[in-house]
Amino acid sequence: MAKVSGAVVVDIEKCKGCSLCVEACPTLTLMLNRSVNNRGYHFCYMQIPENCNGCANCSAVCPDSCISVYRLRIVH
Amino acid sequence: MACVIEKINEIIAPENLVYAKSPLTNDDIMHYCPGCSHGVVQRLIAEVIEEMGIQEQSIGVTPVGCSVFAYKYIDIDWQEAAHGRAPAVATAIKRLMPEKMVFSYQGDGDLAAIGTAETLHAVNRGENIVMLFINNAIYGMTGGQMAPTTLVGQVTSTTPFGRNVDINGYPLKITDLIAQLPGAAYVTRQSVHTAAAVRRAKKAIRKAFEIQRLNCGTAFVEIVATCSSGWKLSPVESNKWMEENMFPHYPLGDLKDSKRADSGLYRIKSK
Ligand SMILES: Cc1ncc(C[n+]2csc(CCOP(=O)(O)OP(=O)(O)O)c2C)c(N)n1
Ligand code: SF4
Ligand code: SF4
Repeated sequence: MAKVSGAVVVDIEKCKGCSLCVEACPTLTLMLNRSVNNRGYHFCYMQIPENCNGCANCSAVCPDSCISVYRLRIVH
Repeated sequence: MACVIEKINEIIAPENLVYAKSPLTNDDIMHYCPGCSHGVVQRLIAEVIEEMGIQEQSIGVTPVGCSVFAYKYIDIDWQEAAHGRAPAVATAIKRLMPEKMVFSYQGDGDLAAIGTAETLHAVNRGENIVMLFINNAIYGMTGGQMAPTTLVGQVTSTTPFGRNVDINGYPLKITDLIAQLPGAAYVTRQSVHTAAAVRRAKKAIRKAFEIQRLNCGTAFVEIVATCSSGWKLSPVESNKWMEENMFPHYPLGDLKDSKRADSGLYRIKSK
């Protein structure tokens, strides 16, 4: 059985906190951070990183190209 | 927690990368408002040009409107046009340099108001270009005034009580008009509000560029888009508003896909 696990890396300074990725994430991984970046935006981050499956839905809807997605295939 | 961080670090390795922005997307921070559809579409254009390996051949023509600075964001050649004139400028570039991949990029105020003549005549001549049309039903850049594409009843800064057909006329479905013109090889209407829609829109943009290679007429891609600042909604609310109000009037899907365009027999232009 193969279990896929993923992670995202957010370019915090580019993020404008639009929240479209939070809405697009099927696994409720993402959330806007309570703190802000240098331009005053609540940037997105993995609030529950264990949930991410690397589906890349968040990066697909991001208008500012801030999200990179990684996916690991764990074979048991 | 330490174990989770260790796991994340293990996943974040070059061999596991499934998505990163195209190298053609410059590092500049875009000037668009948070959540603006222009950013998504411009990311897709960069990805398509990269995947087709046509960076050196591509020339984009930018409009007047919020996307006026699009030339800052994709690492290809660009030409800025006067308001509404992008299809005329793209026509000249393509006719002078037929080996180039030429596309125009316009908002609805640019393409369907001040530039209606250039738009319709470029397509009617069957210019061998790609035209990208970002329809957010409003003039975003100048402060959210009514556009020809504004919906009936839609509140804008110049229709504070909603668009009234008795005074303001009807929302213009210019893409439907364009599909009637014999010069149009491929006409489609897409959106970028969900991951699935983004993937479909990317396929449509790719197809439009492929059609330009066939030399068989204009490929026209409308993206039904949001303008959260003009609509005075959050980006997430804007997507919902667009689904509920824009899609019934501007239904998504292909309006024209000339079979002859696929075979390259539709009209071969001499170089
Ligand atoms: C000749 C001329 N007339 C009017 C303007 C003012 N103007 C600038 S952008 C714009 C409309 C832009 O709306 P749209 O094309 O829908 O683009 P958006 O900003 O919504 O992306 C107008 C009327 C101008 N710059 N030049
Ligand atoms: S890759 Fe998929 S699961 Fe992971 S954060 Fe993005 S949308 Fe959520
Ligand atoms: S005003 Fe509207 S179209 Fe212009 S950048 Fe802002 S959201 Fe985008």
